Amino acid sequence: VTAGAPDLLQLKLVFVTGKGGVGKTTVAAALASLAAQQGKRVLACEVDAKGDLSSLFEAGRTNFTPQQIAPNIWSMSMDTEASLREYLKLHLRIPVVGRIGPLAKAFDFVATAAPGVREILTVGKLCYEVRERHYDLVVVDAPASGHIIGQLAAPQAINDLVKVGLIRGQTDWMLEILSDPEQTGLVAVTTPEEMPVSETLELTERVKVETTVHMSAVVVNRVLPELFGQREEVIFEQLRQSDNVEILSTRSGGDVAPVLEAARLAVTMRRTRSAHLQRLQAGLPVGLPVLLLPYLFTRTHGLRATRQVAQSLGEELGQ
Amino acid sequence: VAQLLSAKEIAIACGPGGVGKTTTAASIAAMAAAEHGGRVLVLTVDPARRLADALGLKGIGNDEIRIGDEVFRQAGVTPRGELWAAMLDTKQSWDDLIARHAPDAETRQKILDNPLYQNISGRFVQSHDYIAMERLFEIHSEGKYDLIVVDTPPTRNALDFLDAPQRMADFFSSRLLRWLIVPYRSRLVNVATKPFYQIADRILGTQFLADISEFFILFQSMYEGFVERAEAVTRLLSDRRTTFLVISTLEATPVREAEFFSAELLKRKLHLGAVVLNKVLPDYLRDAKATKLAQSMVERTEELADGLSDDPVVAARVLGEVAESFLNFGVVARREAEQQAELKGAPDILVTVPFFDADIYDMGGLLQLGASVWD
Repeated sequence: VTAGAPDLLQLKLVFVTGKGGVGKTTVAAALASLAAQQGKRVLACEVDAKGDLSSLFEAGRTNFTPQQIAPNIWSMSMDTEASLREYLKLHLRIPVVGRIGPLAKAFDFVATAAPGVREILTVGKLCYEVRERHYDLVVVDAPASGHIIGQLAAPQAINDLVKVGLIRGQTDWMLEILSDPEQTGLVAVTTPEEMPVSETLELTERVKVETTVHMSAVVVNRVLPELFGQREEVIFEQLRQSDNVEILSTRSGGDVAPVLEAARLAVTMRRTRSAHLQRLQAGLPVGLPVLLLPYLFTRTHGLRATRQVAQSLGEELGQ
Repeated sequence: VAQLLSAKEIAIACGPGGVGKTTTAASIAAMAAAEHGGRVLVLTVDPARRLADALGLKGIGNDEIRIGDEVFRQAGVTPRGELWAAMLDTKQSWDDLIARHAPDAETRQKILDNPLYQNISGRFVQSHDYIAMERLFEIHSEGKYDLIVVDTPPTRNALDFLDAPQRMADFFSSRLLRWLIVPYRSRLVNVATKPFYQIADRILGTQFLADISEFFILFQSMYEGFVERAEAVTRLLSDRRTTFLVISTLEATPVREAEFFSAELLKRKLHLGAVVLNKVLPDYLRDAKATKLAQSMVERTEELADGLSDDPVVAARVLGEVAESFLNFGVVARREAEQQAELKGAPDILVTVPFFDADIYDMGGLLQLGASVWD
């Protein structure tokens, strides 16, 4: 357990991001699952609608309207057009939105021509759910690290670009929620590999400089078990000597070489990865908690994996 | 892949994130330069810093630079041709594009100075996809290279970059754009567009809308050039000399994405040249005899380790860990073999690249990876 682990579960809005392929969706699902186990009402929102998040709870595809997929967990997929529709209905009191010009065209306009609007419709919807206290916690399976900055910085960017108008009036309260470390946090997921670690270090810096959001934790996923300590590694090398391999093979009644070779591969993999883990820890700001999740050998997808990751995450958070 | 690339001028490496796309693209380009000869360019997005440093690509930018022969020689290879590399700098590429299409210097400067433009070119996520393909077209049309290997940017959706040129063309020819460039005053008079502007005004504010309008009026001067260009880029992607390499690993999620991607390529009648599966665990992990042996070893560690080292207790524990580890990775290796067997829509060329114990950070490593893809 990392000292000073944050009370991630006390936050109201958590963005989970990371380089593609590191398991950010799994971590988002695990976080939602952990909070739900503690009796919190959780909204899990998938921003890049691929249906992966709900499949981690064995539920079908979700849409913009939150839908209960597990005890205490509701799930939705972000749809910026639907978000705009909801926004117009709530704030402009335009009842028959479908009829005002072609809405699709208007939407194209805001999304394509006015940069940041698509982003703000996403962040705006999430902040709205937080402000209205519909849920105790909103967990966001956010875009990959390359895109998250644009999203989190959108309210500020709009604030700079748009001087008046309805949108301008909306960004202030959003920024208030996003900038409050007691309410909003960003969790960066990585694996102990070269590129993900480099990207996480870069992201941490950019989040600090370019956004007002607080980085709450870094989660290192797929950490391989440490097979040996130093003493054991010496013995392992002794066992791998050719006469010992021969004796072992005779005693066990088969060729043990592949078995030993697999362990050597595992040790090398672990070693390469620890070096990246150390680089990560050295490069992160002091006090930013780093949570480690083990590599799962048996199941990597579905509810079973979610439960296992949730359990490990709970242990890391001292629950 | 050697045969495939001897017939192609453009190879586009695509696939899910985190599977080693960038490294694979670089190693294929290195192999082509070494074995086929000619001039080979790898157009990359974001190489690992250590690798870029080792190849002498420090501070590499939008301009193509050559990777020295000595880099190959250090890896014990004398290349037959030349290897070049360029990074994709979105902002710079946009500026170049504007410079090319702007009718005069004044318009160009006005666009470059426009805050909206700066926002679009720098921050706008989708612009990355388009610019990658645009840059590919630009380089290809210069005729300087025998082969161009492209590493595609990580996109929300792996297919975004395929649609980007068309989307760009659609956008520039849309009625929407025509609405936007209506001079501001005449807007509220027009019955058809009035409600649209009223709402847009209320949401965005009048000033911002005027800014947008100015920007697109400027942009309109480049309309024809842009649309023509986007269409040419689309043609290039479906040219016979272009092929797509789908890169993946055998983990569940990437495999699903790779499958989807292959299917989409076929649907669009684009050439799927090969599927490259990275980081495949060694076969011996699935060996039935070795598995049985490892299972029995777990039960008999003390007896097996007896007398083999000066510390029998530790030796027994080590042996237990060794056997357990073999069994753990055996499960992973079998799961991945099953993923491979179930891989649908695979082309004739399906290449597996073994798991390398260390990171690839120099030419030696690239060529080692490349060799397993090559023949």
